[in-house]
Amino acid sequence: MNTYKEKLFKALTYTASLFVIIFLFGIIYSIFREGLPILKVVKLQDFIFGSAWYPTHEIPEFGIWTLIIGSVYVTLGALVVALPLGLGSAVYISEVASPRMREIAKPIIELLAAIPSVIYGLFGMAFLAPAVRQWFNLPTGLNVFTSSIILGIMVIPIIASMSEDALSTVPKALRESSLALGATKWETIVRVVVPAAKRGIIGSTLIGFGRAIGETMVVLMVAGGSAKIPSSIFHSTRPMTSAIAAEMGETVVGDLHYQSLFAIAIVLFLITFATNIFTEIVFLKRSAR
Amino acid sequence: MKNISIILILSLVLIMVSPLLAQKKNQITITGSTTVLPIAQAAAEAFMDKNSVNISVRGGGSGVGVAALINKTCTIANSSRPMKAKEITTAKSAGVNPTGYAVANDGITMVVHKTNTVKNLTIKQIKDIYTGKISNWNQVGGPNMPIVIVSRDVASGTFEVFNEKVLGGAKVIDSAMMLASNNACATTVGDTPGAIAYIGLGYVTDKTKIVTVENVMPTVATIKSGEYKIARKLYMYTNGKATGDVARFLNFIFSDKGQKLVEDQGFISVK
Repeated sequence: MNTYKEKLFKALTYTASLFVIIFLFGIIYSIFREGLPILKVVKLQDFIFGSAWYPTHEIPEFGIWTLIIGSVYVTLGALVVALPLGLGSAVYISEVASPRMREIAKPIIELLAAIPSVIYGLFGMAFLAPAVRQWFNLPTGLNVFTSSIILGIMVIPIIASMSEDALSTVPKALRESSLALGATKWETIVRVVVPAAKRGIIGSTLIGFGRAIGETMVVLMVAGGSAKIPSSIFHSTRPMTSAIAAEMGETVVGDLHYQSLFAIAIVLFLITFATNIFTEIVFLKRSAR
Repeated sequence: MKNISIILILSLVLIMVSPLLAQKKNQITITGSTTVLPIAQAAAEAFMDKNSVNISVRGGGSGVGVAALINKTCTIANSSRPMKAKEITTAKSAGVNPTGYAVANDGITMVVHKTNTVKNLTIKQIKDIYTGKISNWNQVGGPNMPIVIVSRDVASGTFEVFNEKVLGGAKVIDSAMMLASNNACATTVGDTPGAIAYIGLGYVTDKTKIVTVENVMPTVATIKSGEYKIARKLYMYTNGKATGDVARFLNFIFSDKGQKLVEDQGFISVK
């Protein structure tokens, strides 16, 4: 009876993890199958580095450089917002706060991660964008700046939570030796604890990068959607994700535009995949933890 | 112990199979254009009250609807544009014979912020604004204020009609904002003093102002008569001529009651 149950349990968990792998490869296979045929018509370098995105024009042009740059701009903007706030909260929770405060503050920050992205998008579109337009006296508030702020807020819990984990694994002995040598608490944090947790902090930032570049709903609602390389942070932009989400619904299945959207998905997938693998291998060695 | 797991597995299988069994009973599936969605939704609700038919309505966009019709995963495909030649060829080769029914008229309205003093634009002026030749409102008799161009995504049915009736195939300037829905366009124009956008007549809010086109106000009468230039028909496509419950449903939409629902949703009847 017991061995029968053991075997069943083993088989069940094995099947579950096998399914996950099958799904992953199924998804990878299908986006490559749908997206790669575009390269028969459009040259790879024209596709990646072309800067005209007119997929439904009579003579269509499929250059996604503006979309890639759009994604990179809003993502870097998000990290500029999220890194100081996220790292700051992590340092506070891990080093400064009393144990009681820590119990309250950490779940609250993690709660930010539980808010659905469409709610962030609504907030950005209905409140932040009009406010940004008025503060800076701009023609429109749907731009790189606004989307960076919203995306940044979404990334804060990732950076805060993972950095806090990294900071709290720094051995107590290091802190005590630093304090014993006469360093103040501030000096200990900045010169000893944070550098010791460097790998984890950089890793959390890269995971945050992956999260922000793949985020769709917020940029669809807040970035404005112009397929033009923004010349200022107050211009609107069109990241890859919002191009896919906005255009896929109305394309003719199987035509060039459809294939080009899958090809954008491949580019996006490769970027996030590379970031994740790189982060796992270099910064967050699973076995070491 | 064994019995319990067998019962568990059996009931799981039953749960998974039951929707398939249930669907056998008079099921109509409608998929496609988000513009036609409110009409289909309202009509389906009213129709189901009187008839023992189960109608499920989904959005997804015109392209998705047409693809679903070709794959035979829907009974009716909603589309805010006539089917493209390429789609019809694909359908024919898949053994599907798409038949279109124009169920409503829709006017595409030019809207600006409520404080904008511009009252009328010609088709030529609208084209020049969207292609970037005109970039300030003072070039069309308005205040000295840069124009913020708001457009729908180039893949949307609404854009296709705008492209055909106004742009004539010219490219929208790349700095134009491309938004994903009629609602997003209306909200943005309502919040942005320099903005202009084109949206479905049903989406005009009190924060936006309608601009006449060639001195014609988009109204029920002017759109029906064809006097207002930026107008289109909304379609429902079926595989072959509609029969049975589908035919009754379409007849219901074409009835006075059905067309009343079309008007309630902010569109214009085809009668």
